[in-house]
Amino acid sequence: MSDEPIIQIKNVSKIFGGTVKAVDEVNLEVKRGEFFALLGPSGCGKTTLLRMLAGFEVPTHGQVIVDGQDMSKVQPNKRPINMVFQSYAVFPHMSVEQNVAYGLKMDRRPAKEIRERVAEALELVKLGGYGKRMPDEMSGGQRQRVALARALVKRPSVLLLDEPLSALDAKLREAMQLELVRLQKTVGITFVIVTHDQSEALSMANRIAVMNAGTVQQVAPPTTLYEQPANRFVADFIGKINMIEGDAVAAGDGQVKVTAPVIGEVTLAGTATGKVALAVRPEKIFVSETKPTDPAVIAVKGKVGEVAYFGSYSNVFFDIGLPAPLQADISNVSSDIEEIIFTAGEEYWVYWRKSDTLVLG
Amino acid sequence: MENWKRSAQTFWAAFAPPTFWLVTFFIIPLSLIWLYSFSSKTGVIDITLDWNLNQYARALEPLYLGIFWKSIVMATATTAICLVVAFPVAIAIVFSKPNMRMWLLLLVILPFWTNLLIRTYALIAVLRTNGFINNGLEWIVVNADWALSLIGLGDNTIVGPFTPLQLLYNNTAVVFGLVYVSLPFMVLPLYAALDRLDRSYLEASLDLGAGHTRTFFSIVVPLALPGIASGIVITFIPAMGSYLTPDLLGGTDSKMIANVIASQFKQANNWPFGAALSFLLMYATFFALAVRAVLMRKEGRGDVR
Ligand SMILES: Nc1ncnc2c1ncn2[C@@H]1O[C@H](COP(=O)(O)OP(=O)(O)OP(=O)(O)O)[C@@H](O)[C@H]1O
Ligand SMILES: [Mg+2]
Repeated sequence: MSDEPIIQIKNVSKIFGGTVKAVDEVNLEVKRGEFFALLGPSGCGKTTLLRMLAGFEVPTHGQVIVDGQDMSKVQPNKRPINMVFQSYAVFPHMSVEQNVAYGLKMDRRPAKEIRERVAEALELVKLGGYGKRMPDEMSGGQRQRVALARALVKRPSVLLLDEPLSALDAKLREAMQLELVRLQKTVGITFVIVTHDQSEALSMANRIAVMNAGTVQQVAPPTTLYEQPANRFVADFIGKINMIEGDAVAAGDGQVKVTAPVIGEVTLAGTATGKVALAVRPEKIFVSETKPTDPAVIAVKGKVGEVAYFGSYSNVFFDIGLPAPLQADISNVSSDIEEIIFTAGEEYWVYWRKSDTLVLG
Repeated sequence: MENWKRSAQTFWAAFAPPTFWLVTFFIIPLSLIWLYSFSSKTGVIDITLDWNLNQYARALEPLYLGIFWKSIVMATATTAICLVVAFPVAIAIVFSKPNMRMWLLLLVILPFWTNLLIRTYALIAVLRTNGFINNGLEWIVVNADWALSLIGLGDNTIVGPFTPLQLLYNNTAVVFGLVYVSLPFMVLPLYAALDRLDRSYLEASLDLGAGHTRTFFSIVVPLALPGIASGIVITFIPAMGSYLTPDLLGGTDSKMIANVIASQFKQANNWPFGAALSFLLMYATFFALAVRAVLMRKEGRGDVR
């Protein structure tokens, strides 16, 4: 029973007004107790998918199953799911306490239990002494925690969070990210968070679904998503990446033979064939003044273009004779300025491991 | 405007016309009426200002207090019915598609484009003994009787004969007419308040387990309270002072305070007494406004549950 995913989304589509395909044949499973993130660019259907989970939108077709129960006939107020709204939606005419107590009152809990659970929930989000305050006497971050406490106090099976941190400044956002992760571990409730901030998703979630134009591109843990993106969209969306266009033919044994300008012919692990992109992350690129002899690397000659110094590393653009320059994040491991400085026009050998090269269809 | 002293000329150029307007057409006539209310009628057209309170004392006699009370009851009934009818209308408009919304609002405002007198006469045409409603009912009864006669139950054994309903010239007709006239005044502020209301509050309420009814009373009503208060005030005050509707649709016992005031100024030719009644009506209006202010302050403090 507990191995069964808490949320199953089966072939779910949502079409607005007969033409706008906001969510397109999505299949997803969220495991019990997981911190799951929906990540994607603006307008890709994240909110729509979340609202279908909460029950505010009805799927055009497909099925949403929560805790083994089909949700298609279940109204939002009867679902074992609570939501933290992007705008928080903390009721302005109720005190913090009344806000948090609202859901329990609707469940007709005894007054004593309500008082205890409200106090407990406010303690949990570190708003212990704030019960009597009105929402307009609180900061954005505090209001957000009221919204969180209000949803958590109901002890739902699943907590949905729609860009809960987007209205906060950078510093508060980082603090709240840590706090959310801590909270999720404490209460053990399944969290589904929507964000378009990749670093937020990478640092918080156990697993991430990357969405684009209503479809799910890849579902994976953060490291897999970054190191083994399933396609160009994911590779490009998560972090920085260099892509060199080429052609690939199958070479058997899970390998492909890729022919690309400048690089020539290389055999790499991969499955994509036809038009492909050879992709490599900037931090996986090294430079050398002499030609590397290791056969396990791909090496090309590059001329230094733009350089941006970031202290611990420098972001250097190399012209390798292709339309797009190759960018490399070079670690500044020496404190000898002469050694770490890159001057435009200098020529180097730029190389990276074959095993760090992705073949993306 | 902080520096109005420095550019006094500009200030007066901008403010003299409205000030003049207000003084000439509002403050002076109102002051005159106020003075009349403390005067005595000493001849057919002679009025002496002798600062007596006799007119007010007379206005507070049971006869007139009764009419005041009746006006309050009619205006309250009108306001209450308007509120109950206007709320679903406003909700329907707010939740309709954006391109429909404009047309629905237009339908609400449309009656304003016709003169009140004409609208009231139109209402008479609908409600009178030989009007559309009674004719319609008669048609139904006659045809039902005919249909029943086919199975041998005709000749008014079961239905009919038709006696027209007396829909006009009573208090119900007045309240009906006032509701018809006042409805837009209630719908528009409610619409404005509901339109401003963030939908996510409603969704949050549903999400937390409240049904639609609970959400309506716990979230929508308190948050729309300023709009509700405005709607109540701008419906109640004109209804309280309405003259034409009770005059045309009411019966002999449907007189409201404005009708009495008018008859004092016209038929009875007793201006001082009419003035005293007018001022009592104004005090009642101020009272209504004060109630609204209190409601608004409560809303501001957020104490309303
Ligand atoms: N009620 C609606 N009616 C019509 N189209 C809608 C509606 N809601 C969303 N859409 C459309 O569906 C698509 C997905 O919207 P959605 O709000 O799910 O995006 P999102 O991924 O949450 O974007 P963002 O990051 O900007 O919040 C968009 O193209 C949007 O215009
Ligand atoms: Mg969104």
